[in-house]
Amino acid sequence: MHIAFGIMFYIAGLLLVIGLIVKIKQYASTPAPLKIPTTPAPVTRTGVVWRMFTEIVFFNSLWKSNKWIWIFGWLFHFALLLAFFRHLRYAIDPAGMFGFLWPLVNNWAVQTAGKYAGWMMLIGLLGLFARRIVVDRVRYISSPSDFAILLLIIGIALTGVLMSFVAHTDIVQLKEFTIGLLTFNWQPMPTDGLLITHLALVLILMVIFPVSKLLHAPGIFFSPTRNQVDNPREQRHIADWARKLESSN
Amino acid sequence: MADFETPEIKEYPVIPRLKPDVMSHSKPFVAKEQFQEPLGFPGELVDNWQDKAIEKMGELQGKYRSLQVFLDICVKCGACTDKCHYYLGTTDPKNMPVARQDLFRQVYRRYFTFAGKFFGKLGMPGFVGARELDKEVLDDWYSYFHQCSQCRRCSVYCPYGIDTAEISMAAREVLDAVGVGQKYCNEIIGKVFKIGNNLGLPEPALADTLEGLEEEVKDDTGIDVKYPLDVKGAEVLLVTPSADFFAEPHVDGLIGYGKVFHEAGISWTVSSYASEAANFGMFIGSYENMRRVSMRIREAALELGVKRIIFGECGHAWRVAYSFLNTLAGPFDFLDPRYPVPQHICEFTYDLIQKGALKFDKSANDHRVMTYHDSCNVARASRMGPMPGGQFKIPREIIKATCNHFYDMPADTIHEGTYCCGGGGGLLTDDLMELRVKGAMPRMQALKHVVDNYGVTHMAAICAICKSQFSKVMPYYGFTMDQIVSVHQLVSDAIVMTNNEV
Ligand code: SF4
Ligand code: SF4
Repeated sequence: MHIAFGIMFYIAGLLLVIGLIVKIKQYASTPAPLKIPTTPAPVTRTGVVWRMFTEIVFFNSLWKSNKWIWIFGWLFHFALLLAFFRHLRYAIDPAGMFGFLWPLVNNWAVQTAGKYAGWMMLIGLLGLFARRIVVDRVRYISSPSDFAILLLIIGIALTGVLMSFVAHTDIVQLKEFTIGLLTFNWQPMPTDGLLITHLALVLILMVIFPVSKLLHAPGIFFSPTRNQVDNPREQRHIADWARKLESSN
Repeated sequence: MADFETPEIKEYPVIPRLKPDVMSHSKPFVAKEQFQEPLGFPGELVDNWQDKAIEKMGELQGKYRSLQVFLDICVKCGACTDKCHYYLGTTDPKNMPVARQDLFRQVYRRYFTFAGKFFGKLGMPGFVGARELDKEVLDDWYSYFHQCSQCRRCSVYCPYGIDTAEISMAAREVLDAVGVGQKYCNEIIGKVFKIGNNLGLPEPALADTLEGLEEEVKDDTGIDVKYPLDVKGAEVLLVTPSADFFAEPHVDGLIGYGKVFHEAGISWTVSSYASEAANFGMFIGSYENMRRVSMRIREAALELGVKRIIFGECGHAWRVAYSFLNTLAGPFDFLDPRYPVPQHICEFTYDLIQKGALKFDKSANDHRVMTYHDSCNVARASRMGPMPGGQFKIPREIIKATCNHFYDMPADTIHEGTYCCGGGGGLLTDDLMELRVKGAMPRMQALKHVVDNYGVTHMAAICAICKSQFSKVMPYYGFTMDQIVSVHQLVSDAIVMTNNEV
């Protein structure tokens, strides 16, 4: 069992990393031939950094746009961050290389916040799911995969919450398993149904990440309407393929 | 007067329920071979159009990061679904920005992504929102990518800044590449290449018109204000939309520019070779055509030996001018480096006002209670002045300097949230009248609000398309066509002429 999971984690991890590298390279190497920031836009680099910060941390544009999506979406993403920190507990070996991080993760605040974040996440996700069904406009633009991805993450959150609040898994053994994975020293894993489901769903999520709309995570950093400086008159902006047109006539 | 119903203006804005396909019949005339060929496009639908279209899509995805990223990252959150004036006015779900993008994205997903290819092979591409490119899809493209005015309102409200305009431009470029171009745009671009402006006004007609203006202003004011054409050595080259030369209310704006130049004592000229500010190359997404149109301005500036370039009141033109001209036709190192290249006529007038160089008698505009329509491409795709948001402030300051009564429309319908007039992006053609009337609904609703509450009588704009569109569609909503005015018409009416030396 743990060997099968171990192998699958390596494969999924590899697909995730390679997939992301391929996509990020593609985004980075595709030219943006024209200045198209949505104005009013910052006129300096620093201003752009601030704009991106407000978008990524506060979902600024979404706030202007739709308060319901903002609440559900932001709850979910913030909870995701908290849950991530909580999970670091299973990946950091206090005696290992990153042991110095251990106190930052293994404390009451991070662990409690992460624990209740599961609920926050579920509220956010169920809200988004409900909108897909109830609001006719959102229902119209949803394809089955949009529901499927939501269900997948709901499944992950739900099994996580159940493990935190209802049926605990063997945390000590789980940690040995994950550290073992990270250090290529395979160890047995707990075999309760909740954990197995939780991990299996995470595997699926890792694999579909680079081939689905989940690419919005790296993609937003490359969105020209948000990351460009508004200075076309001051600085000539030209792409390589466009420059070639200039020499041709 | 028409075979469609003008949307009703409700007391408060409401998000309408979906009525699928109610606008699928809306299609502009297809360009015949004679209009395709000068732009380098095939004259009719090519035989292997599927392959060609997919090949072109791949090419564009490699050339435009915006397209590649936007096609991948939409999460279908729905935040943009109620932001498009065409959706609000027509209730057709394919006019929701994300649904419009999806017409293109479904093909992208089918042919360019692992998910689409995989589920396509399983015979269920729809599971991941993918679809084969068939004739029905192509027809949808032609219909609905000509129901987008590339106004970028959706982009403001999308959490990732996804700009449907970028997708519309790409789709139109693919359509052109397979031989289904839009007559209105492509015919006009052809005219610019041949004659120099969208209206096809040749040099003698221009000379005549400008002379006529000089006489008119002389009769009105008793002062010799010049409207020069092709004058070598002038300080300023004025590039203005050709509608300014004769259409109402545009021409009143042109009269205003002349008076401002006269008062400033700055010599200027129009060029018959580059007698058009608008650049329809942008509407069809064609960098090459946009560049060819832009180069005429550079050539005219060099030929006439001017020191500055100033653009007249035009929205999409100002986007191309402000955001793209330096890229397309720069560098402009041969012009006076003390001024931005190009400048907007509003920036020019506003500078003079601030220096106290212009005198106004505001009471001349006392019969007007004004409001101001932010043109979409000025608001969301360009800037005026050194500060972000100058494009909102400067025109309003000019209006306030020349009028005693000014009221803004509701906050969510102005500035970056402004609604397009309904005729932008290459849709200002009579074969799309239904779309234009319906698309104007949100703006008309906002206007009605200030008319009812503050007694507003006139709306000013700084875009040739907005002005033409409004004078045509306002009557459908119970307004009159002369309620839309140029900002520089207000300047023209209030300016006190003092300097009589030419
Ligand atoms: S707001 Fe942006 S991410 Fe959301 S559905 Fe619209 S285009 Fe997609
Ligand atoms: S760019 Fe404007 S017209 Fe086009 S989809 Fe977006 S809001 Fe609608």
